Amino acid sequence: MARLIVLGGGVAGHTAATFAADWLGRDHEVVVVTPNAKWNWIPSNIWVGVGQMSKEEVTFDLAPVYAKAKITYKQAKAVSLNPEGNTQSSTPYVSIEYTGQGKDGQIEEVTYDYLINATGPKLNFGATPGLGEGSTLGEHTVSVCTADHAVHAAHELQKCMEKMKAGERQKILVGTGHGMCTCQGAAFEYIFNIEHELRKAGLRDMADIKWISNEEFLGDFGMGGLHMSVGGYVVSSRIFTESLFAERGVDYIIGAHTSKVEKGKIEYELLDGSKGEEAFDFSMLIPPFAGVGLKAYDKGGDDITDAVFAPNGFMKVDADYTVKAYEQWKASDWPSTYQNPIYPNLFAAGIAFAPPHIISKPAKSPNGTVINPTPPRTGMPSGIIGKAVAKSICDLILKGKDAPLHQASMAHMGAACVASAGKGWLDGTAAAMTVYPVVPDYEKYPGTGRDTDYTFGEIGLAGHWIKHILHFMFIYKAKLKPFWKVIPE
Amino acid sequence: MAVKPEEFNFAKNDKFRTAMIPGKMARYLRTCKLWQFIRFIILNIKMLIVVSKSH
Repeated sequence: MARLIVLGGGVAGHTAATFAADWLGRDHEVVVVTPNAKWNWIPSNIWVGVGQMSKEEVTFDLAPVYAKAKITYKQAKAVSLNPEGNTQSSTPYVSIEYTGQGKDGQIEEVTYDYLINATGPKLNFGATPGLGEGSTLGEHTVSVCTADHAVHAAHELQKCMEKMKAGERQKILVGTGHGMCTCQGAAFEYIFNIEHELRKAGLRDMADIKWISNEEFLGDFGMGGLHMSVGGYVVSSRIFTESLFAERGVDYIIGAHTSKVEKGKIEYELLDGSKGEEAFDFSMLIPPFAGVGLKAYDKGGDDITDAVFAPNGFMKVDADYTVKAYEQWKASDWPSTYQNPIYPNLFAAGIAFAPPHIISKPAKSPNGTVINPTPPRTGMPSGIIGKAVAKSICDLILKGKDAPLHQASMAHMGAACVASAGKGWLDGTAAAMTVYPVVPDYEKYPGTGRDTDYTFGEIGLAGHWIKHILHFMFIYKAKLKPFWKVIPE
Repeated sequence: MAVKPEEFNFAKNDKFRTAMIPGKMARYLRTCKLWQFIRFIILNIKMLIVVSKSH
């Protein structure tokens, strides 16, 4: 009997674990190690953050789902990996520390035959002074990164709206809390959902809403933007994004590294090296992401973290990590099997794998401050990667160690993304977009790096319907309800 | 003379002066239920094609 351990129960981890359990059957064991008791459909946290959904609508308990799937569930966080075992045994194991199930704080060593690192990110609030400490949100801003954060954000937004009702004008600042953030899309959704809710409440004229982002241009979204065929033209996402900001009266600061957060004020540095301050009454700033800080040790107990993980804490996989100039970046730099090059029974999926480089054009201020978005690896790519990795491991277990690995390179994969700009079955809007491929391939598509037949976007009520239906569909799938496997990632 | 909604924001901020702002028809179509139902079908087909190419 083989044992597969999946670290993390998010989109990538949950997808990998549930498919692996289904494909492997009862003859093998799948173990999920996640510090969380609940699964969270993170894209809908945006609606929790504006008070349009409850925490209960975007989360569910993991334990009964894993019991149904015959998955061993350990509510714990992974602390360290010993991929060579130790001096007593050559069996690899992971050390975990329980966070629930009545075993809080207990340490356990769990051996494995295969391991998928799908821990997701550490929300690195501590990277910006005042934004928070370590992975804990600070007191000056809010976040929508977790369901609890989103509940808190909705509460603070409500207080802000009460002040507007009392005649007090409010400054709202939403965006990225560091020069190397990813997930601009979530902040984009949140700012336009706030704007939509203020209009619905008749308070729009009482608020100055401003966007701050590390993107070099509006519509970069960490993917270097995208080009779409519209009306006979090939048009940059910048045009459409600027259009939305202008239409909705949302001012913006771009190319910005938020360097410090204080009560009611942030300090920032721009790509031209200039520095500025921005006051706010309510602010949601996305933190930068880092690896969760897993350590790795060899058989003798020596620290091999640097060999297994990149400096940002994400796991090294089959990518080309050679440092090279932007002009030399290739689609083939990106990993396809997500197998660790040193330990072939170690894989990473979703945000936990180390990308070879960013996707957007790298940029620095004259002061040397790096200000560019890091690559998004959430949602659909995470699910597809998780499933491909699970399939590879199942084949290695069931067909033997020579079985070919499945591939899911982000340079050969498209992504569908729906960014909400306001919730409502009759008056909501969302930008529905697809990109193909996620990572531009300038050798295959010398013009824009992507296939413009499959890269498109438009805003409207239909996009909102799709976003809301996806909310129900993916929670249904994650709960492993009948026919869950036919719903694509 | 009343300012058209699509022209209003041009004056609000220098950054908006070069932006494309949707006119009356574009804004109407965005939430027109019949048109959006058609777009819903088309968008789903387009997305399914991209999803199928990615698996």
